[in-house]
Amino acid sequence: MFDDSNIIVGLEIGTSKVCVVVGEQNAEGGLNIVGVGQSPARGVRKGEIVDAAQAEECVRNAIVEAEQMADVEIRNVYLGVTGGHIRGFNNRGVHPVVSADREISEDDVQDVIKNAKAINLPAENTVVHAVRQHFFVDGQDGITNPVGMLGARLEVDVHVVHGITNRLQNAVRLVKGLQLEVDEIVFNGLASSLALLTNEQKELGALVIDIGGGTTDYVVYADGVIKYTGALALGGDHVSNDLGHGLKVPLSRAEKLKLEHGSALVDEAMKGRTLTITNELGMPLKTINVEHLQRIMSLRLEEIFQIVAQDLEQAGLADYLRAGVFLCGGCARAPQIAKLAEPILQMPVSLGQTNSVSGLKSALDQPEFVTAIGLAKFGSLKTRKREGKPSLAQGIKGVFGKLLQRS
Amino acid sequence: MKTKTEIPATPLETTQTRTIKIFGVGGAGVSLLEALNGEDFAGAAFVAVNTDAPSLAASSATVKIHLETKLLRGLGTGGDPERGRAIAEEQFAILKTACEGADVILIVAGLGGGAGSGISPVLARAAKETGALVLAFVTLPFLCEGNRRQQQAQQSLEQLKSVADGVICLPSQKAFKLIDENTSVLDTFRITGGLLVEGVRGVWQLLTRPGLIQIHFNDLCALVRDRHSESAFAFVEASGAGRSREIVEKLIAHPLLDEGRALAESDAVLVSLMGGKDLTMAEVNRVMEQIGRHCEHAQIIMGAAVDVAMKNKLSVTVIAAKQNSNAEPMNVSGDSTEQVSRNSIARPARCVSQPQTAALEQREQLLKQHASGRGRKAASKMRQTQLPLAIISKGRFDKSEPTIHKGEDLDIPTYYRRGVVLN
Repeated sequence: MFDDSNIIVGLEIGTSKVCVVVGEQNAEGGLNIVGVGQSPARGVRKGEIVDAAQAEECVRNAIVEAEQMADVEIRNVYLGVTGGHIRGFNNRGVHPVVSADREISEDDVQDVIKNAKAINLPAENTVVHAVRQHFFVDGQDGITNPVGMLGARLEVDVHVVHGITNRLQNAVRLVKGLQLEVDEIVFNGLASSLALLTNEQKELGALVIDIGGGTTDYVVYADGVIKYTGALALGGDHVSNDLGHGLKVPLSRAEKLKLEHGSALVDEAMKGRTLTITNELGMPLKTINVEHLQRIMSLRLEEIFQIVAQDLEQAGLADYLRAGVFLCGGCARAPQIAKLAEPILQMPVSLGQTNSVSGLKSALDQPEFVTAIGLAKFGSLKTRKREGKPSLAQGIKGVFGKLLQRS
Repeated sequence: MKTKTEIPATPLETTQTRTIKIFGVGGAGVSLLEALNGEDFAGAAFVAVNTDAPSLAASSATVKIHLETKLLRGLGTGGDPERGRAIAEEQFAILKTACEGADVILIVAGLGGGAGSGISPVLARAAKETGALVLAFVTLPFLCEGNRRQQQAQQSLEQLKSVADGVICLPSQKAFKLIDENTSVLDTFRITGGLLVEGVRGVWQLLTRPGLIQIHFNDLCALVRDRHSESAFAFVEASGAGRSREIVEKLIAHPLLDEGRALAESDAVLVSLMGGKDLTMAEVNRVMEQIGRHCEHAQIIMGAAVDVAMKNKLSVTVIAAKQNSNAEPMNVSGDSTEQVSRNSIARPARCVSQPQTAALEQREQLLKQHASGRGRKAASKMRQTQLPLAIISKGRFDKSEPTIHKGEDLDIPTYYRRGVVLN
């Protein structure tokens, strides 16, 4: 068996499937994917658990599959969360530098970040992330590390992602019920962006849109930091539901039709073409117009992009995205989706590639796995940070602590 | 059968361009007529119509018509509108003679009893046949007077609506806002009567005083036609320096307008201002602006007139009409086509120059509505309302929290919301 202290697991309980990615952190701090497990999800709607018993079963199956593939025992996971209740905003913290020589110390930085994180939220909400953006020293913009600089007034912007506590805890409780520890909860959109974007793209400014089964999560990076996050409770499920409604077929059939004949744009060649649905005995049941199918799908996806575009427009971020738009999630598989999105977002749109991790190539090429990979990546960044800092004594203590914890 | 016409019905020759006759029908109508007679209604002919001899005897009207048959044995209609109706039909010729020679006929009646409810619709028809324009002012009984009277009143109101050019009705119940615990029954009736009299006076002034900005009688009729089941009217006066401000305040506080709510809910409002020679345009403007602010959705028809006698005084009559979908009259009498042609011919002759502030197309619309009264009603009868059969199923999102974005439920299929037709 591996020494699993380097094992980092990302768990995403999605609306259409549960996905587990097992990563191993190598000596250089990079992430190597060693196992993937998945299971079709039940009991999840719009990214949130509605039937805990069913969902738990699915999570268990996916975990077991991943454990077998990676040949490890999974104890801790980084859990992805999403849902229409999740919101993001920017907040600024201020701290006066009091030392005699006006030199900004490490303590000042910690203080200002603490101030920025002190946010007035409704009682039922909790902060999922508070990500540091840039520092300001006496109003001077764009400082990434102010330690050692001179100044009287230190400010910092943080991007805060928050959600409703109870709804976030539903997923956490479910995972804990499976005797797994949740290292941290991570917003799915943030995880996806970590998996897809290179540092250069983050600097240039990029938008990641993760169109999953039940939700569409999007994250904007500009100047190397997160500027904006959003979650929209719309996704592939809505496409299937629309198809079921419009073509008057059952949902399962609509789902199948979407995968086999769907397209984000109405294919000119398909105009007037019909499909005959047959039952299991091969008897024809119904004739379906392919053009209608694609039109219904196209309208829904178009609307999702329009809402995202409007949201960014309002946030005034449309001009910062020089690297373009990257798509992931199950809906990114829809043919011609980039072609549909480009005129709406008025930016180059491409499918995201998970560049920053190595390992099982089959897993990396799938847009559905991006979030789970991102969760593992988030974990690896966290542990690297944690392990990079501590002194020898603390390190030893940490190792012993872990040993003790394990027994 | 015996018909008594105490004074021959001769149309009064007045200096005014149109002859106006005011009919009081039934017990309430006759007593209201008394109240009107005393006021400044010079030039109008008053006609009292009743089945009850004592009430007529007490009346000071110039013409009294006593409808009587053996059937009634001198006891009146006994609160049965059918009897009133029957006797009026019987004496139709007499009613018609009484109506002759008038351009405008105002019918004042209290609905709910026998004579008022039974005779008024027939009288209105008789008046129409003589070619006059008919406007009815009626009160509806108090709620405490019982269901039967309410029903009779409603029925009669429907009949009246279908024959008269316009009906302005005052539910007596509204007068409760004007009275307190200690108000006697007599006073209460006087108050409701007084309100009606105010309304009649407002319309009277509208019709008789030389208008600077004139409201044509057709405008008035078009306004109240088909809407009147809930039409509210108010007549207020004010004098002194701040009169324009005061008058708006009074108007808004007027109990019949439900503290201005009636204005807000109405979809057509007629405003008639009347002042002395010192009436200024600024005042007219101020009043109209204020009223306009309170009824943003309504089309406003305004008129202004000068009465030399009204020194330092300003009076405003407001008639607010609300469209009532279920108040559409069911029985349209056959004579409305005649009336239409008559109106359209008579219009240019009556029409003085009309520097109306109401938008031209609004007026056009009103006129059209008025002229095609019959056709419109027929069309609206034919209209089939759409049943909400297309139930939008949210499918798998039926029970989950809806995704609302800018007031739109995004769980409903996009193509459906955008009205994309699949065929």
